[in-house]
Amino acid sequence: MYKKRSFWLTVVAVSLFFLFIYVAQNSLDAYIIRILNVAAIYVILGVSLNLINGFTGQFSLGHAGFMAIGAYASALLYMSPQLKAMNFFIKPLIWPLSEIQMPFFPALLIGGLLAAGAGFLVGAPCLRVKGDYLAIVTYGFSEIIRVLFNNLQSVTNGPLGLKGLPTYTNLWWSWGWAIFTIFFIKRLIDSSYGRALKAIRDDESAAEAMGVNLLYHKTLAFVVGAFFAGIAGGLLGSLVMTIDPNAFNIFLTFQIVLIVLLGGLGSITGTVIMGAAMAFLMELLRAVEVPMNFFGITIPGIPGMRMLIFSIILMIAVLFFRRGIIGDREFSWEGFISFFKGRPSRGREGE
Amino acid sequence: MELLKIEDLTKRFGGLVAVNRFSLSLSQGDLAGLIGPNGAGKTTIFNLITGVYKPTEGKIIFMNKDITQKKPHQITALGIARTFQNIRLFSKLSVLDNVKVAFHLRLRSNIFAAVFDTPGYSKQELEMEAKAEELLKAVGLLELKNERASALPYGHQRKLEIARALATQPKLLLLDEPAAGMNPEETIGLMRFIQKIKEDFDLTILLIEHDMKVVMGICEKITVLDHGSVIARGTPEEIQNNPEVIKAYLGTGGVYARS
Amino acid sequence: MTWILFLQHLVNGAALGFVFALVAIGYTLVYGVVKLVNFAHGDIFMMATFFVFYGITLFSFPWWLAFAIAIFLTILLGMGVEKVAYRPLRNAPRISSLCSAIGMSFLLENFAVVVFGGRQKPFYQPEVLIKTITIANVRIQLVSIVTVIVSVGALLFLNYLVYKTKMGLAMRALAHDFDTAKLMGINVDKTISFTFAVGSGLAAISAIFWALRYPQIWPFMGVFPGWRAFTAAIIGGIGSIKGAMIGGFSIGLLTILMVAFMPNMAGYKDAFIFVALVLILLFKPTGLFGEA
Repeated sequence: MYKKRSFWLTVVAVSLFFLFIYVAQNSLDAYIIRILNVAAIYVILGVSLNLINGFTGQFSLGHAGFMAIGAYASALLYMSPQLKAMNFFIKPLIWPLSEIQMPFFPALLIGGLLAAGAGFLVGAPCLRVKGDYLAIVTYGFSEIIRVLFNNLQSVTNGPLGLKGLPTYTNLWWSWGWAIFTIFFIKRLIDSSYGRALKAIRDDESAAEAMGVNLLYHKTLAFVVGAFFAGIAGGLLGSLVMTIDPNAFNIFLTFQIVLIVLLGGLGSITGTVIMGAAMAFLMELLRAVEVPMNFFGITIPGIPGMRMLIFSIILMIAVLFFRRGIIGDREFSWEGFISFFKGRPSRGREGE
Repeated sequence: MELLKIEDLTKRFGGLVAVNRFSLSLSQGDLAGLIGPNGAGKTTIFNLITGVYKPTEGKIIFMNKDITQKKPHQITALGIARTFQNIRLFSKLSVLDNVKVAFHLRLRSNIFAAVFDTPGYSKQELEMEAKAEELLKAVGLLELKNERASALPYGHQRKLEIARALATQPKLLLLDEPAAGMNPEETIGLMRFIQKIKEDFDLTILLIEHDMKVVMGICEKITVLDHGSVIARGTPEEIQNNPEVIKAYLGTGGVYARS
Repeated sequence: MTWILFLQHLVNGAALGFVFALVAIGYTLVYGVVKLVNFAHGDIFMMATFFVFYGITLFSFPWWLAFAIAIFLTILLGMGVEKVAYRPLRNAPRISSLCSAIGMSFLLENFAVVVFGGRQKPFYQPEVLIKTITIANVRIQLVSIVTVIVSVGALLFLNYLVYKTKMGLAMRALAHDFDTAKLMGINVDKTISFTFAVGSGLAAISAIFWALRYPQIWPFMGVFPGWRAFTAAIIGGIGSIKGAMIGGFSIGLLTILMVAFMPNMAGYKDAFIFVALVLILLFKPTGLFGEA
């Protein structure tokens, strides 16, 4: 009964949301649309990292690396041969990449799959190490991707990066993928597989003793997380139109970690809210770096101030809001309805 | 029928011999006890049987299969389940989900079927739910199925751990100090409970216990371990009168000491 | 390739090896006692060089005084970081303290960008130290030799500290069994503070030698030495001082030799270090000298 009602409410909500997207795409100004696009990408990144860090309890710092793979792979597939030739003026792009061109969607998908493959390659062996070791190994992985992409000139154009990418990313693509990511990962963690992942998080040895194949399930979380990170990378590339290896640095990963932390480890609802909020926050923080005019006195913008404020927020979040904005609670229609009817909700829904 | 056969099992940690040439044979339907002073190597033996540790030497045969080199989850799938000395529940999961996790190894749907909720998966999920509720009913926790596992009182956590172990559909159940931290009344209840599940689920049980009342009360066969080696085997009466055993326990105040 | 050239690279490599070893020991000490990867360690390293920079440019201290003051300030910084960012989270889940360490690293870097500026700054090189001397045709910068001597001295002192003093005993007790040591009446806060002080002191010493060798300092200069030293600590077996020394030493040596003999592959050197790390962790998850 409840299940059926929730289903229809979700359908209605998602339809309304896409109606909003339709209106937004056609009537809002380009600046806002851009922030909304970034918000969707942050949502994808946050939710997919939360699958690994929050639901499976594996501390990964490799998201920027997976994004880089997705961004480069998809860009190299959807760019036109002429555009590629223009970009690769120092060292030509290797065949067959120099000839191929395909539409955005399959390119994006292949980028995601390649990222998932990297997730498998890095995850399967690295997951034998735990905790801090895993964090450092995955961090190392994303740095290595950066080093490789800086050096593999005939594939990635090295530090010059790829410029003038066509802008396919619009609100339909970005939010479409964001909704799909939320759907996929929510369903995953509520399924039998998800219970196994959460069991690993709560107690690895006990999970293993209950027959959960640790290696398989941890790798699964890594592969799924990496896939969506790759997709987000592809969307981001086509949104900002320029990618270079150094854009996918550890700072990007930290941003996503902050989204997950503030949103709440193990809460998709919180992650979605924080992901979207982060896009606006980073935009607001830009203001501190432009010169300001207070009552006739011009205060010059201080370069790096934005990042300093960001890191102070990060520290405050870690030290004082350890459980995130809503802990590990989730949104549910039942909770929502009982809230409006003034009845006390049954507390922890969705777990 | 011989269910479990352990031959000359030895485990060394560096220079320390934790288990020394341990042998044990269990038949279908046995309720056996493993006792010994603290640090005798009892839990190490559980960890060896369940694959958490790999033995230095020796063999473990379960239902005519050599499981010595198998991984813990494979051993669970073959039909050995365990509980832990210091209860290890999935603390953030609900009581019901704790039990459902144990059914996961029998799931026959892939991840996409699970995510997109195909009819095949849906049916299995419903089955899991029903079976888990049945098990919770058997251990008397059905009313608490939506509570967080960590919110349960101690005695209930023990029961939930057993229910979870039963959900893996074991033939052999290893209980690591099930009566630890219980008062005498609870302990008597637990003894009945163990005997009941043994009958109801057609189990073979091996248990480690410090509480001699439990061991002497329900175990048919007892193996006594000291410093990693077997020092005595036999029925409760034989063990009680064995001078070796009394000597081994002297340090902890006699056979009836609870440590 | 002549023997002479090889020897020259070897001396350089050894000096760099010691620099990494000192940084790696900082990671290992802290990890051993509080089981925390101090991600900010590389940035504490960076801060030390800026303390020297401002000691010389702003206060016109003689270089040796600037070095000494910088080491002292870095020690205070390390203890401060522990107090602000790690102590409140000591009983929190591991993931929180890891995030705090990352956040602290980030905070220090961005603080440096805003306050010191993002551009590279020249590091003062005292003439006595950068003189080149020639021994049997092998041309060696004096700084390499000083690095080796001071590092060996620091290591001997560390050995004394950890194995011969009461504080060292407390550190080892905490590393061995945190809870029991606490019950035995060891002053946990003081000991941990002391551990951070020692680690930061070593980082400051190595940072000065690093900057003497590569005399450009900037806010992100700690990232790569930090990551390599951390890798060294893991490869050696985190928690083991001997392991960190050997790990740090070999990574320093290998980096120099690789740049010298395989310049084409130099861009990939961190990739190689990473692969080595993964391989070692796969076969010996606790590193070469780590406890099982």
